Amino acid sequence: MSKVMVVTSGKGGVGKTTSSASLGAALAQAGQNVVVIDFDVGLRNLDLVMGAERRVVFDLVNVVQGDAKLAQALIRDKRVDTLSLLPASQTRDKDALTEEGVGRVIEELRGKFDWIICDSPAGIEKGAMLAMRFADIAVVVTNPEVSSVRDSDRIIGMLDSKTQLAENGGKFEKHLLLTRYSAARAARGEMLKVDDVLEILAIPLLGIVPESTEILNASNVGCPITLHNPASNAARAYSDAARRLLGEKIEMNDHAERRGFMSRLLGRKAAMA
Amino acid sequence: MTTSTISPPGISIRGRSIMALIVSPELPLPEWLEGLDEQMRRAANFFADRPVIVHFPATLEESDNAAALLDALDDRELRIVGVEGIETALLNGTRWARLPKLRQGRPLNPDTRTDRLIEIPDDPVTPTAPTIEPAAPAPPAGSLVIDRPVRSGQSIFFEEGDITVIGSVASGAEVIAGGSVHIYGTLRGRAVAGIRTGAGAHIFCRKLAAELISIDGLYDTPEHWGDGLHGRAVHIRLEHGALKLSAFD
Repeated sequence: MSKVMVVTSGKGGVGKTTSSASLGAALAQAGQNVVVIDFDVGLRNLDLVMGAERRVVFDLVNVVQGDAKLAQALIRDKRVDTLSLLPASQTRDKDALTEEGVGRVIEELRGKFDWIICDSPAGIEKGAMLAMRFADIAVVVTNPEVSSVRDSDRIIGMLDSKTQLAENGGKFEKHLLLTRYSAARAARGEMLKVDDVLEILAIPLLGIVPESTEILNASNVGCPITLHNPASNAARAYSDAARRLLGEKIEMNDHAERRGFMSRLLGRKAAMA
Repeated sequence: MTTSTISPPGISIRGRSIMALIVSPELPLPEWLEGLDEQMRRAANFFADRPVIVHFPATLEESDNAAALLDALDDRELRIVGVEGIETALLNGTRWARLPKLRQGRPLNPDTRTDRLIEIPDDPVTPTAPTIEPAAPAPPAGSLVIDRPVRSGQSIFFEEGDITVIGSVASGAEVIAGGSVHIYGTLRGRAVAGIRTGAGAHIFCRKLAAELISIDGLYDTPEHWGDGLHGRAVHIRLEHGALKLSAFD
């Protein structure tokens, strides 16, 4: 059965697009059939992060408005053939999307893919609303700082009230992905600790992605980190998160740099919803 | 000419936020007034003694005669304390000319829900034929229990009684109760109690990290109560016209 997963955060710049691409690639590497949709109409980035910017002909707006067929707009990744991208339009704005049209596109994708990952734009306006509207499950991307946490909290409230699943009385599944985390800085009190964030947001933890220059490098060359440098800490964090999404039980760790002491990684229990 | 050396008595002016009902008539006005009459037949005391602000529709034309509309509302015993969304000149020369124009108020926008929509509760239906049975006692003051966290941006409004939250109230969220507020979690947002019961309301929270607390219109912010109570289980009440916070432990 296919799952529609929205990657959202409220705040901008916390790593939604990077996480969408990396989780999508990691799920595809695990053998799943995955499509990642860029909902950030007008400010599209996902194509760059996934290295497909030269292959975009048709986009989500064309498909929603019926100007192109889905098969024409989908771009299959050259490195992992179970990974596809549905890019956003750079020349239009969010008003070009309609709820009915997006619903139709997602319904069609459900028949073709195991995972439909919706990369939400920042904010709480129409684009973000449409990205979450038809989702079954959400990954809430949060940085360990107070403004990001508060925005995530706001988004969680919307996931519980504005999605179709929630409106029909269903329980919406939400997971926290803590990104740009530095255990050392948290220990010095320069950023929130994992437990502080979990206490405030009260949703289960999907993974902790360390702050890493590897991620920047991967974005710059247009290759999701799980493909670009699978051995890096950040890539392993995303791979672990993807396996947890597939139902595997993997002990939580913060993938911090501890040279020579990898066996002493901190274990951490995932919080219950 | 005498020079007075006696200084005038100090005037103390205090601020208080109250809740006003915002009534926004829609065009065409005769039909809207009919609808209002119908609503008021079903809920006779809803507007009794409540301040009302009239929000004029943007499409109001001069021919619609704003003063006549205000007269019509006044005839229906609405206590108009202010108007918004109207050109000042339209009311000059009428008995409404001195009403405060609430320009600083937020624009009324049903989509973004900046203002709270209030359901007008129907009066209990009274049987037309007299019955021998004594009237059923009024239902006890209600209580609203929320068994999940109140998220940032959410506003829980329950005028009929107490609100109990099993979970935390996030920064940027608000809980507003006619009676008392009980929070079994961390209060990081706003808690407002006593909208209806007034000074008798209390606020309880298991962990205080609030942005604002208020009982009966008196409010307080963290810079006032200081760090000593931060993170502790706290009871908040009104004593001698002032908010009093005390820790349980």
